Amino acid sequence: MATLFELAKVLRSKNSGPFEVTLDLLFDSDEIYQRVKSSGKINKETICDLYNLKEDQVHHIVFFDQALGIKITIARDISSGSVGDRDVYGAQQHAPLMKITIDEAEMNSAEDCSCR
Amino acid sequence: MMSNEIKILSPCGMLGYGFPAASFLNGLKEEIHGIVVDAGSTDAGPHKLGAGVSIVSERALKKDLELILTNGIPRKIPIIIGSAGGAGARPHVESTLSIIKKILSENELSAKIAVIWADFSQEEIIEANRANKIKPLSLNIPDLEESSIKDTIRIVAQMGHEPILEALENGSDIIICGRSYDPSPFAAIGIYHKKDPGLAYHLGKILECGALCAEPGTTKDSILGVIKDASFTVQSLNPIRKCTPISVAAHTFYEKEHPYLLHGPGFSLDLSACTFHDAENGVVEVSNSRFIPAETTFIKLEGARKAAFRTFVIAGVRDPILIENILEIEERVKGQVYEYYQEIDTEEYQINFFNYGINAVLGTKEKEAFYGHEIGVLFEVIAKTQELANSICATVRSTFLHFGYEKRKSTAGNLAFPFAPSDVEFGVVYEFSIYHLMEIDQSPFQIEYV
Repeated sequence: MATLFELAKVLRSKNSGPFEVTLDLLFDSDEIYQRVKSSGKINKETICDLYNLKEDQVHHIVFFDQALGIKITIARDISSGSVGDRDVYGAQQHAPLMKITIDEAEMNSAEDCSCR
Repeated sequence: MMSNEIKILSPCGMLGYGFPAASFLNGLKEEIHGIVVDAGSTDAGPHKLGAGVSIVSERALKKDLELILTNGIPRKIPIIIGSAGGAGARPHVESTLSIIKKILSENELSAKIAVIWADFSQEEIIEANRANKIKPLSLNIPDLEESSIKDTIRIVAQMGHEPILEALENGSDIIICGRSYDPSPFAAIGIYHKKDPGLAYHLGKILECGALCAEPGTTKDSILGVIKDASFTVQSLNPIRKCTPISVAAHTFYEKEHPYLLHGPGFSLDLSACTFHDAENGVVEVSNSRFIPAETTFIKLEGARKAAFRTFVIAGVRDPILIENILEIEERVKGQVYEYYQEIDTEEYQINFFNYGINAVLGTKEKEAFYGHEIGVLFEVIAKTQELANSICATVRSTFLHFGYEKRKSTAGNLAFPFAPSDVEFGVVYEFSIYHLMEIDQSPFQIEYV
């Protein structure tokens, strides 16, 4: 078992416009990226639990293989710079992701079998 | 004029952030078809648009522009500035124009300048709204109300490449764009030279952040993009940085809601089939960027209004008994202030506490338990007038400073103020009142040649 803090090369958050925050997980090896992707751990339920969100507040969870990256875009409760906002650039909202744990890679997917 | 390779130089990711002159001059060793720089962002919040002020200082803006203009104009390279002045509204564009004119006259240079305005009047937006041509940009944004439009101080829309292309066709040396879709000023150069719009836009998306796509990435350095017939390349102009297929691919993630589907004015960009490879040492080649024209053209509107006034105080707390009970004590301080100002409706103002060290950054999303021996407390009063914010904040401060809580040993004072005076009059708090898409039939952006 390893945390995303240990596995990811880049773990960051930033505004994507004033009404959304986007969280990026980038990896420096295909093996680690595939391990995180195939763990199924990066899903709406995990994100909703981590950030106290309802499912419709998670706008995107996208895996982009060419870039070895995962993108999660969530709704802001309060738009950037308005009264009550705590992070105008949305730059420090990534930290809760660091504690997500990913199991050791297992050779159990259907894909692996069909290759043989 | 058709040329096989179109070269675009991006000095930095944000005009006024600065960049090494050596990197920029390295780029100018090539035959460059356009120097393009993005100056805009909504990242700094609604205040820039609302107050009509810039993100960067005038001093830094002039420093960057001097290097660009004094090298670009004599070489007859078109220079394009996207989202001038940050928010790209009239005051931002005008201040950029006046700095440019000053630099030209100080250096005895002359240039044909095109200014492309991105401002919209309340009447234009009300009319479009009544005709049902405006919709929210995402699920968490409400439908646009006419009253919100009337409260909005400034309204801009993000332009695509079309008006910039027109200004290039009319022989402009310098094009100052109001609010623009960030990649559009870059894409305009490629499209002007008849290159594939998908490649031109994807390259623009990369170049608008300066050298952020290299390793180590930064917005404060120059980068070179070259568009060919079926691909484009990017390369660092500073030997301490290098582009790699992964660094360039990963950059498509940056500050966008989706990594490979990008929505611009009148099109979308599908990057899902893109390939990234190292063509030669640090020159990364990208192909298969797909430009998909939209059936209907929507432009993104941005508007800001005044929401309230703020006064705030920053203080440190080191007493362990106070820290242990801080949340409860803050609630009781609030209660005493409400009681003191019984004659004022509590709807007229709000008191907020940010406890740095506990949960100030994440708020209710914070799941870590607190440990530590010291916290920073920031408290603010938000009110309908500055006078009210100042008065209430002064009462919060004095109440908190002398508040007598259970088991208190530090009976002389609760707060360590780093500054005198402790109360800071912040001024107006703005908010984005418009962040919507508007349907258009033809380009509404006016070009003026000066």
